[in-house]
Amino acid sequence: MTAPLVSVEGLRVLFKSADRTVHAVNGVDFALQPGEVLGLLGESGSGKSVTLKALLRLLPASRTTLSGKVTVAGHDVLAMDEKALRQYRGGVVSMVFQEPMLAFDPVFTVGDQIAEAVMRHEDVGKDAARARALEMLERVRIPSAKRRLDAYPHEMSGGMRQRAMIALALACKPQLLLADEPTTALDATVQIQILLLLRELQKEFGMAVIFVTHDVGVAVEVSDRMAVMYGGRIVERGSAADVIRRTAHPYPQGLLASTVHGAMRGTRLEAIPGAPPDLSRMPTGCAFAPRCRLADDTCRSVAPPIAALAPGHEAECHQPRLSAV
Amino acid sequence: MSAASAALSSDAGQVPVASRGYWANVLRRLARDKVAMACLAVLVLILLAAIFAPLIAPGDPYRGSIIRRLRPIGTEGYPLGTDELGRDMLTRLIYGGRLSLFMGIVPVLNAFLIGTFLGVVAGYVGGKTNMAIMRTIDVFYAFPSVLLAIAISGALGAGIFNSIVSLTVVFIPPIARVAESVTTQVRNLDFVDAARASGAGALTIIRVHILGNVLGPVFVYATGLVSVSMILASGLSFLGLGTKPPEAEWGLMLNTLRTAIYVQPAVAALPGAMIFVTSICFNLFSDGLRSAMDVKL
Repeated sequence: MTAPLVSVEGLRVLFKSADRTVHAVNGVDFALQPGEVLGLLGESGSGKSVTLKALLRLLPASRTTLSGKVTVAGHDVLAMDEKALRQYRGGVVSMVFQEPMLAFDPVFTVGDQIAEAVMRHEDVGKDAARARALEMLERVRIPSAKRRLDAYPHEMSGGMRQRAMIALALACKPQLLLADEPTTALDATVQIQILLLLRELQKEFGMAVIFVTHDVGVAVEVSDRMAVMYGGRIVERGSAADVIRRTAHPYPQGLLASTVHGAMRGTRLEAIPGAPPDLSRMPTGCAFAPRCRLADDTCRSVAPPIAALAPGHEAECHQPRLSAV
Repeated sequence: MSAASAALSSDAGQVPVASRGYWANVLRRLARDKVAMACLAVLVLILLAAIFAPLIAPGDPYRGSIIRRLRPIGTEGYPLGTDELGRDMLTRLIYGGRLSLFMGIVPVLNAFLIGTFLGVVAGYVGGKTNMAIMRTIDVFYAFPSVLLAIAISGALGAGIFNSIVSLTVVFIPPIARVAESVTTQVRNLDFVDAARASGAGALTIIRVHILGNVLGPVFVYATGLVSVSMILASGLSFLGLGTKPPEAEWGLMLNTLRTAIYVQPAVAALPGAMIFVTSICFNLFSDGLRSAMDVKL
C-alpha cells in the first residue's frame, strides 16, 4: 500500500470569539489514497465544510485554533507559512465552491481569472496562461469556449459557471480537489452533469477528491469511500456500499431513512427529530444521543468507542446495529 | 457573417453571448441616460471654457473701469454687465471657472486617494486596525463639514493651498467610510476565498479583487462630492478664507457683489447661478453614473 496522499489525524478546529468558543471539528481522522474519492456526508453545521477549509488553511487565522496533524502530499499543512501556503493552495490542493455565482469575481472575465491562477503557480506568460485557460474550458466542455474566455461571470448560466469553476480549480493540475457542495446550488438536471464531469475528470487527472455534500444520493454517485460527520466528528466511515447498505450508526440510518426512494411511495417519510447540537456546548457523551432513538444512560455520559464492523468499516457508537437493507 | 457563425457555433439552447466588457456596458447605459449626457455636455462646455479662457474671453478679467461700474446685463460691450469695479462679468465668469473647478475637483481627488486607501486597509485588515482608523475618522465625521472646513482653513490661514488641504480633510471621512463598508462586504464574498484557495497572496487580493470591486462605488460617490467641494470652496472664498481678490473665483465674486444686490440683482446673482448649474450637473451626472454602474451605496 502506498503512502496516503492525505492524512488527517486528530484535527480539531475551535472558533473563538469574545463570548463563546465553538468546537466546529472535534478530532477528525481520515486518510485518502491518490486517486480516491471520499464523500463527506453530513447536515449543516456538522463540520464538513470547516474540515475542508482547514485542509487549505482558509479559516480566518485570528479567530481560529487548529490542532492535530494534517499532511497532504508530504506538506505539513498546519505548520506552513504564508509563502508556502500560496504555492500549496491551487498548486497541490484546490477547491470548488458551493455557489458558483459568488466564487468568481464579477469585475473580471472568467478567462482572466483562470489565467491569473495559472500564472501564479507556473512560470508562464500571459498568452500561455490564456491558452491553458482555453484548454481547461474545453476540458470541462463549455460550449464555444473561445468566446466564454472573455465572458463575465454574470453572462454565464449557473451550470456553466460551475464548469468554469472546476476549470479554474483544475488549471494547475492539483493532486487533491476539495469540492464543497458543488452541486447544491444547481438545479437537478445540471447537478448530474456536473457530477459526471467531476467523476470523469477525476479519473482522467488521477487526482483525489474530497466531496462534501448533504445529499446522500450525490455522495453515493461519486464516492469510493464515505464518511458521515455529525457534531464535528466522523461517526461512520467505510466503503460507499458499506455505509449505504450496512449502515451501523443510528445517525446515518436516520439520514438514509429520510431520503425518498421509489419503493417508499405511500409510506410516511421518516425524519430525525430535533436539531444538530450546539457546537459551543458539547455534551459529554455521544453528540447524537439527544436525538437518538436507541440512546441509554451510557450514550449520554460516555463518549462512544470506535466499533470496527468490517475491514475499513467503522462506526462511533455504543450499540452499532447493522441495518439489514 | 459573424453573428450567423456565432449562432451556429454555440450549442442549442444557448443564446450566443456578445461579450462586452463591464465598462463598455456601463458607457452604453450611460449614453442612453439623457439627463446625465446633458449634464456631461454642460460640464464639458464649462471645463473647455475654463481651460481656453484666454482665447475665448472677450476682455481682461482684472481691468476695471471706474465709470462703467455695475452695468446691467446686455450693455453694449459687456454682454453680462460689469461688477462693482467695472470689470467685465462674462470674462470673469469664464476665468472664475478655472479656480472653482480646480477647487471642486482637486480636494475630492486627494480625498479619493487617501480615503480609499484608509478604507480598504481598515476593511481588509479588520480588527484593531479597523477600530483605530474608523474611530479616528468618526471624530472628523462628527463635525459638520462646513464648520470643519472653516475651522481648518481658519487655523491654517487664507489661501488656495490651505483651502485644498482643509477640504481634503473634510472629504476623507465619508470616502473612507464608503470604501470601508464596500471592502468589508467584498472581503467576505466567496471569490476572495476562492482566490486564496487558488494561491493568491494578500497583496494580490487587495490589488486585484478588492480594489476592482471597491473603486467603482467609491468613484461614483466621489463624483457626487465634487459639487459639495465647489460649494464649500466658494463658501470659504465668500468668508475670505479661500482665494483672495482680485482673483476671479465664483464664490469670491458672489461675496464682493453682494453689496450690489439691490442695484444690479441679476448681475450679482450670476456667479451663484454658475455655482448652482455646475454643482447640479455634477450631482445629476453622478446619479446617472451610479445607476449605469448599478452601484448600491
